[in-house]
Amino acid sequence: MFWNKPIETMVRTELSAVQAARLRDTIERAYRQVPFYRSRMQAAGLLPEDIASLEHIGKLPFTTKQDMRDNYPYGLFAVPLAEIVRIHASSGTTGKPTVVGYTKRDIGIWAEVMARTLTAAGANRQSFIQVAYGYGLFTGGLGAHYGAELVGASVIPVSSGNTARQIMLMKDFGTTLLACTPSYALYIAETLGEMGLEPKDLSLRAGVFGAEPWSERMRKEIEARLSIKAIDIYGLSEIIGPGVASECECQDGLHINEDHFYPEIINPQTGETLPDGEKGELVLTTITKEGMPMIRYRTRDLTVLTHEPCACGRTLVRMGKVLGRSDDMLIIRGVNVFPSQVETVLLGLGETSPHYQLIVDREDNLDKLTVLVEVTEAMFSDEVRRLETLEHKIEAALGSVLGVSAQVRLVGPKSIERSEGKAKRVIDNRKL
Amino acid sequence: MIIKQISVFLENRPGTLAQVLSVLGEHNINLRAMSVADTADFGILRLVVNEPDLVEQALKGAGLAVKTTPVLAMRVSDKPGGLLAEVQKLTAAGINIEYVYAFAAPAAEEARVVLKVDDLAKAEQVMNGDKVADGGEGPNFYW
Repeated sequence: MFWNKPIETMVRTELSAVQAARLRDTIERAYRQVPFYRSRMQAAGLLPEDIASLEHIGKLPFTTKQDMRDNYPYGLFAVPLAEIVRIHASSGTTGKPTVVGYTKRDIGIWAEVMARTLTAAGANRQSFIQVAYGYGLFTGGLGAHYGAELVGASVIPVSSGNTARQIMLMKDFGTTLLACTPSYALYIAETLGEMGLEPKDLSLRAGVFGAEPWSERMRKEIEARLSIKAIDIYGLSEIIGPGVASECECQDGLHINEDHFYPEIINPQTGETLPDGEKGELVLTTITKEGMPMIRYRTRDLTVLTHEPCACGRTLVRMGKVLGRSDDMLIIRGVNVFPSQVETVLLGLGETSPHYQLIVDREDNLDKLTVLVEVTEAMFSDEVRRLETLEHKIEAALGSVLGVSAQVRLVGPKSIERSEGKAKRVIDNRKL
Repeated sequence: MIIKQISVFLENRPGTLAQVLSVLGEHNINLRAMSVADTADFGILRLVVNEPDLVEQALKGAGLAVKTTPVLAMRVSDKPGGLLAEVQKLTAAGINIEYVYAFAAPAAEEARVVLKVDDLAKAEQVMNGDKVADGGEGPNFYW
């Protein structure tokens, strides 16, 4: 099923022509409206007209999350603030969020790409779509919501949490499609069993799951336990939110909505562009976005691209499931967490040691973050309650900066393994 | 009287107590009293030894988190109500006890009690009024 068949099945030469024209327009606007992009291009000795075709995109400098932080909050916006109709944000490593802005037209494009995503998962006007992604600054909830409205489905905007009630609504309202993180889907499946219900008590047929990496094995489990088709979707707030790419019914790679987002795969060490089939870091350029165009944004997500035709008939390039990260970012319950954020918190408290380690486990299908902190002489007390108070103080500070709760465990001095090179800050025990 | 208690941070995993004891053994230190306060994640080992400064340095040298805390130590008669009488004096003086541990020495017919209190100087004053607290045999409470 297609939402926009002419675009989704466009022949490559036509699609490339559309992309080239849109890319030229984006570069022109970015150069004119965003001092950051202008000075970057000037430093590289480039003028907008030097990017005459898609092959020239490699001349442009990359944009990184650090660039977004340096231009916090509105420095990368390419339109007057009066034209911005929506602000979203994701957590940032310094405690400041990464801010993105949308014009009215951008919101329309977002709804369009999410409508394609939901339609590929089987949604239509008759569907009841339960949006169990969080609503708010996080792009998941509202992104899925606007897409579902465009499709003309009945939207149930329940947001995340309160699982038993979530299931009751699913049963009573006749939800046919669930949108949430894959780990939450599995948790819903478990709670369903605990409530003495079975998939046949629900009308659920499919789910669109994203915002965190998940495996084929986890897909099989979700599909078996909820008796649905589980579709992987991909997006990031820096580019637009969910809807950047999504699987079709073939479940064999995620089709990137290339008429809006131009993908490249690079070697994360050298920055060199890699051919189809080679694993590297995904780099995306928005070619229609007005509010905040992103040029060669380094997603840090590792994957592969293929232009091989897909059995579904879509000609859009496919990306493989995300295989990992080229930096040390962790995704915990859908939230981006960097070890450096933990360091900032610990050093900010003044009394703790800069030696720490993050341990991530998955318990009952939910991610659990434990932060090991070495005790120092200064913070050590012979009274248990002082140390427990300290643990709680660190936990509260971490929770507010990370946006996800963490359990702190004090450990002895020098008990965290020292390394001569890069410190091993993360132990990820999640089996994906 | 006031004595120096050594506190050591212990992770809650096998071998941490053995590590401390082996350091003491290497320095030929005999333990006079000890207790462990435990939580789910860690414990605090509290020690009374007769060479607290040496022990502090030795444990720090072994990479442990160590703290010396002044605590009140006293002897009480080893019979029913012996400790109660002493604690009542502290209560009367409005002193709060934060933690306590005690050992009976049946041969000496007395018990030795270590108390962490919120007002150490005042507690010592209160206790010095009683000859049982420090039998006037000099300052050696480290047994």
